[in-house]
Amino acid sequence: MKTSRMYNGILFLAAFSILTGCKPKGPAEVVMGDAASKVYVAPGKYDEFYSIVSGGFNGQIGVYGLPSGRLLKILPVFSVFPENGYGFSEETKPMLNTSNGFVPWDDLHHIALSTTNGEHDGRWAFANGNNTPRVARVSLKSFRTEEILEIPNSGGNHSSPFITENTEYLVAGTRFSIPMGNKDVPISSYKENFKGSISFIKVDPQTGHMNIAFQLRTPGFNFDLSRAGKGPSHGWFFFSCYNTEQAYTLLEVNASQKDKDYVMAVNWKKAEEYLAQGKAKIEKSKYAHNIYSDKTHNATSTIEEEVSVLDVMELPGIVYFIPCPKSPHGTDVDPTGEYIVASGKLAAIIPVFSFAKIQDAIAKKDFEGDFGGIPVIKYESALHGEVKKPGLGPLHTEFDEKGNAYTSMFVSSEIVKWNVKTLEVLDRVPTYYSIGHLSVPGGPTKKPHGKYVIAYNKITKDRYLPTGPELAQSAQLYDISGEKMKLLLDFPTVGEPHYGEAIPASLVAPNSVKIFKIEENENPYAAKGEGKTKVERNGNQVHVYMTAIRSHLTPDNIEGIRVGDEVYFHVTNLEQDWDVPHGFAIKGALNAEILIMPGETQTLKWKPLTAGVVPFYCTDFCSALHQEMSGYVRVSVAGSTTPLKFSTGKIEKAAGAGK
Amino acid sequence: MKQILSIACLVTLISCSPQQSTVKEEETSASKPEAGQSGVSDNESERNVVQIAAGSADHSTLVTAVKAGELVIALSNAGPFTVFAPTNEAFNKLPAGTVDDLLKPENKSKLQDILQYHVYVGVISESIISDGMKLNQVNGGDVILGKKDGKLTVNGANVLGIIKASNGLIYSIDAVLLPPPSK
Repeated sequence: MKTSRMYNGILFLAAFSILTGCKPKGPAEVVMGDAASKVYVAPGKYDEFYSIVSGGFNGQIGVYGLPSGRLLKILPVFSVFPENGYGFSEETKPMLNTSNGFVPWDDLHHIALSTTNGEHDGRWAFANGNNTPRVARVSLKSFRTEEILEIPNSGGNHSSPFITENTEYLVAGTRFSIPMGNKDVPISSYKENFKGSISFIKVDPQTGHMNIAFQLRTPGFNFDLSRAGKGPSHGWFFFSCYNTEQAYTLLEVNASQKDKDYVMAVNWKKAEEYLAQGKAKIEKSKYAHNIYSDKTHNATSTIEEEVSVLDVMELPGIVYFIPCPKSPHGTDVDPTGEYIVASGKLAAIIPVFSFAKIQDAIAKKDFEGDFGGIPVIKYESALHGEVKKPGLGPLHTEFDEKGNAYTSMFVSSEIVKWNVKTLEVLDRVPTYYSIGHLSVPGGPTKKPHGKYVIAYNKITKDRYLPTGPELAQSAQLYDISGEKMKLLLDFPTVGEPHYGEAIPASLVAPNSVKIFKIEENENPYAAKGEGKTKVERNGNQVHVYMTAIRSHLTPDNIEGIRVGDEVYFHVTNLEQDWDVPHGFAIKGALNAEILIMPGETQTLKWKPLTAGVVPFYCTDFCSALHQEMSGYVRVSVAGSTTPLKFSTGKIEKAAGAGK
Repeated sequence: MKQILSIACLVTLISCSPQQSTVKEEETSASKPEAGQSGVSDNESERNVVQIAAGSADHSTLVTAVKAGELVIALSNAGPFTVFAPTNEAFNKLPAGTVDDLLKPENKSKLQDILQYHVYVGVISESIISDGMKLNQVNGGDVILGKKDGKLTVNGANVLGIIKASNGLIYSIDAVLLPPPSK
């Protein structure tokens, strides 16, 4: 069975390479004649879609316009960002706090845009921190990270942050199973001691604030990806599982032993019932919960202590397993909510499961056995059908509004279009090269917007002018409005995009924040006017309440600072004008600069190490007199009696040299 | 003449390139009147000096002149500016026909010279003004500020009020400032 599948695969590969071998190489030849006009967005015109794309190992989100592929913004989430001071300013440092302390860089894989009734609502983007397990919520009004929640009892948060149709929950499934409670046990005791955990994170419908409602304790193996049910399957969640072999070494080989792993179907409404009945165990576990406020312009980090745990091996009816060929990666639910597509990355077929059949099988107890006490539904009983010979290495599937699915094929570097009901392969296009995730605008929702599919590739090689060994990742945009997919555009992306979601600009752009109202600034160190500026000493801490407005800083002369002081520059940008940020940097600061948006207050900490006069300046070219926007701090030796004073625009008679 | 020639060359080049023909003409920015930052749609930010003047019934002559002098785009820029804004009455004090004359296309450079004499790049707030302070204006000429008994003047014209704008300050004044003849 296995050999014949491999043989088929090789035959197919051979056939494919003959086919492609005859085609002219390179994008110039394969694009259609009118491709340029279809992606051309005239100067001053806007793109039709925002594409909110994971930056992968850079820990950031890239925001692109489609169809142009123009990069609009890099939005830091789990990594410090020198462009805007995120993670460098005193106000934003708490955002990157964890139970392990400050983590300046993480790995961000997946995006989930908030939905209402299963359709995009344009409110928030959620993202996962893969290494230090966390989820984040980003505002699509301010395009800023507003909240980060650490996930306890997780060995790495890959199966995340997929959401339910009304954004009731987002999930965080552990990629690696681990011994819970940081137990010191032999690695070889995996089967005995290692467990999986899936967190269901409740989202407040008004504020978006997140908290872990409950955690499912599961058998120990790896959880890869997931999708919530919708429509008829609302109330259920589907997770792909691999390494059901429970290997703990050389997974490359040892986690590929079985013909089938599982899709795990979770009845989260049932879990809610158990939770309401008090069936959860309260476990002690420390995890950070960080919230940024656009009113105080400040983040707070709170360490939470407890989590409610539901053990699915003890509480029947929450979880069922469905056998799925060969280490499933993506598990995706079609817009109707009836079909669940699971892509075994080593499989020669794509199984499509039917939600109605799964329910039927559960009702009839049509099980082939159990795993750790959890029923395993018979494969055939859950199956709608298989897509035969789709290509090699199926990973992820997105959908259009016409009943078609688009599956990325990593090994054969292509996107394959097929019909969800008939399972017939309709078209295939090459990608350049080795596609990972793919995205159709609205593709994971009840109402796909269709029009395009974007390939996010893992290998770039010769696609662009070479830039040394390290290259941008390539993406391609295809027109899917017709029967055949047409390559329109090839564009570089930042970091290493995994998943991204595209959303019509009309759902986001009108809500975009232009300025922060200065009168609403509740930062305790804000100076809401030049008359409110001051310098205060408290022991060796000095707080400078500074303002910035075109084209001066107030105060711009400060004396009486001493070596050994900790100086906090709290800079309030008094501008109330769109796109007039000011920056602040001081020579010798061991930290970065900061960037302050109109109406905002941000703080840079500085420790002067030697006596002297130290310049500071605005780092953002704000105005015609930007170069003049500067000042001096006089630093005296430790214990000096130089009086503390500050001013702007005050001309003094020339004074003698310092004592 | 040279400029016209080079534009003609450019047109020829563009029309020779078949790729450009797919772009619809109404989509190109060149076919729209240039508005610069004055065309930005923004109901949240503070008003800039041009928007404030345009909203003032007492400064309609000045706004007409700023438009005729093609300074709307420049004054919608980040600046920052200190603008001395003569009221309509101030313009009325000029000899009859002066304003109409200045608004004629052939007098545009003269009009621009006068208007630019009313603008300083930089924010001169009231608190930093000292009597006799000299400002070098955009047209290159100097104005002299006066501050006596709490009264502000510019080249002798009285300051009637000060208005803060997003990109600077407006001093409303009761006389038009006429630049000294260039040296």
